[in-house]
Amino acid sequence: MKKVFHVMYDDDDKLLVAARELVGKGIHVNEVFSPFPIHGIDPIIGIKRTRLAITSFMYAMTGLSLAVFFMWYTMISDWPMNIGGKPNFSLLENLPSFIPVSFEFSVFCAAHGMVITYLLRNRTLPGMPATNPDPRTTDDKFVMEITTDTNAMSAEDLESAIKNTGLLELSIKDFK
Amino acid sequence: MIATKLDLTTMQRESSIREPLILGHKTYKDITDDVVAPIMGPASLGWKIMITISSIIAIYGIGSILYLIGTGIGAWGLNKTVGWAWDITNFVWWVGIGHAGTLISAVLLLFRQKWRMAINRSAEAMTIFAVIMAAVFPGIHMGRIWLAYYVFPLPNQFGSIWVNFNSPLLWDVFAISTYFSVSLVFWYVGLIPDFATIRDRMTKPFAKKMYGIMSFGWSGRAKHWTRFEELSLVLAGIATPLVFSVHSIVSMDFATSIIPGWHTTIFPPYFVSGAVFSGFAMVQTLMLVMRKAYKLEDYIHIKHVEYMNIVIIVTGSIVGVAYLTELFISWYSGVEYESYAFINRFSGPYSAAYWTMMTCNVISPQLFWFKKIRRSFVATFILSIVVNIGMWFERYVIIVTSLHRDYLPSSWGEFIPTATDIGVFIGTLGIFLTLFLAFTRFFPVLALNELKTILKSSGESYKNKQVK
Repeated sequence: MKKVFHVMYDDDDKLLVAARELVGKGIHVNEVFSPFPIHGIDPIIGIKRTRLAITSFMYAMTGLSLAVFFMWYTMISDWPMNIGGKPNFSLLENLPSFIPVSFEFSVFCAAHGMVITYLLRNRTLPGMPATNPDPRTTDDKFVMEITTDTNAMSAEDLESAIKNTGLLELSIKDFK
Repeated sequence: MIATKLDLTTMQRESSIREPLILGHKTYKDITDDVVAPIMGPASLGWKIMITISSIIAIYGIGSILYLIGTGIGAWGLNKTVGWAWDITNFVWWVGIGHAGTLISAVLLLFRQKWRMAINRSAEAMTIFAVIMAAVFPGIHMGRIWLAYYVFPLPNQFGSIWVNFNSPLLWDVFAISTYFSVSLVFWYVGLIPDFATIRDRMTKPFAKKMYGIMSFGWSGRAKHWTRFEELSLVLAGIATPLVFSVHSIVSMDFATSIIPGWHTTIFPPYFVSGAVFSGFAMVQTLMLVMRKAYKLEDYIHIKHVEYMNIVIIVTGSIVGVAYLTELFISWYSGVEYESYAFINRFSGPYSAAYWTMMTCNVISPQLFWFKKIRRSFVATFILSIVVNIGMWFERYVIIVTSLHRDYLPSSWGEFIPTATDIGVFIGTLGIFLTLFLAFTRFFPVLALNELKTILKSSGESYKNKQVK
């Protein structure tokens, strides 16, 4: 029977030390649930650096291109107007006055695109069910999730390794 | 292994002489308990009284707006000479107030200022509500508000008459809508983990369900936190130039015209610092009441107030220098129209407004050089209101005095606000306060997840030193 261990700690530093110790023994830590970001946990449990910032740059470039294209289309190509003696002849001549809107629209697309990507990648969307194993993990407790199916060790060996890590509570459930 | 433990226990994370950011010996649980208490418990009598008063003012304001829309812009005190006055004054004032929230949440995040964590959530809420109030004014000043969509570049049936992308007024449409929506998502993304905390604590079924929906199923996974921190940093990075651009663009509404008193290159930096100045004053006014009402004295204490007062001295002094520079340049330029615009400001029919502005914005923030005043709750509260009044008059002076006497003396006139003018402005104060009070009742007013990250480095060594 596959098993899932939820190991609870009452301090982030204790969890960090425990995770380092377990990983040092070759144990794979599936997930960590915490009420705030634990700095330094990512390299220990093998989380790669997020590429979210790159997507933001791509959204910004998309916004910039769309804004410049749209302003060129409306002001220069589709219906050029002479407003207050300041005619709209070419994109190059008009570019200085197009800068504010280009900038704002780039920021608009970068921010919203990145937030939407973040929510989709996290699978955190309105009305989604919570998946933290214990409600206290959003308050003051820190939980490490270890499963037998991602580890070569037997459930008994895992349990004995986990028990010596200064934990607060240990819950062992059958894997669904 | 032992070495690691020793490292962790002996690690010096903070200065031992800097005052702590969180007073008392708190645990993670204490932080949750203190911040969630107003949401979990019944509403206090004080809150009920406050929201009743603010709602009445809000209803009066909505009535004034409806009267204005029903009657037309003639209900305002505008005339042929002064075509812009009270409405745009209020617009600029409200947008300016909003700037402090973004400055606290974005700029101070980039500078790694940990003290911002106690005030960023409410300051961001203030930003959002202030920008909503600002947006009311350009909306209602159109007269035919049902045609408000004309400001957006939509294809239409009148030939393809597009909006004018060369106009600062259109830049404003993009700046304000970007600023509002980006501030809103920045604020909400930070709220999601805190809503999850409330969801997991809430016992009332309906409220639990609501916070469940609002928390988007947040579970606090390590990867999600990594993304969360990256997102916050990048959003702060792009919100910083955004906040500078917004008030620069607002100032260009005036600076790109040829009206003496408006046509100055100093306007963008002058408006941005003025905005931060007034915004911080409003944050002080609201925070000083909130910390008392919700018993958050350990989280927002005199050190936070002092830090904010230092920002007020800096930005207030920039504003003061800008006023004097304007006066100097109007004389030094030798342009008689420019000179007259400024002579008229301080000695003309609106001189009272000018001197109120000078007193409130130039003299009063300088009092914060005195440590006793800078570290006094009462003095800060009074001065924050004085600054808010001063900054309102600044916009009034810039707008009305520059318009009411133009090149042709036969067309000189004066602006006198009507009851509708005043009603709409007072009403926006009421709507703003109602929204802010509702926020304090149903939302976590401090950023729980961020505060917990600084708990261990919030001055333990300072506190231990005090005990010894």
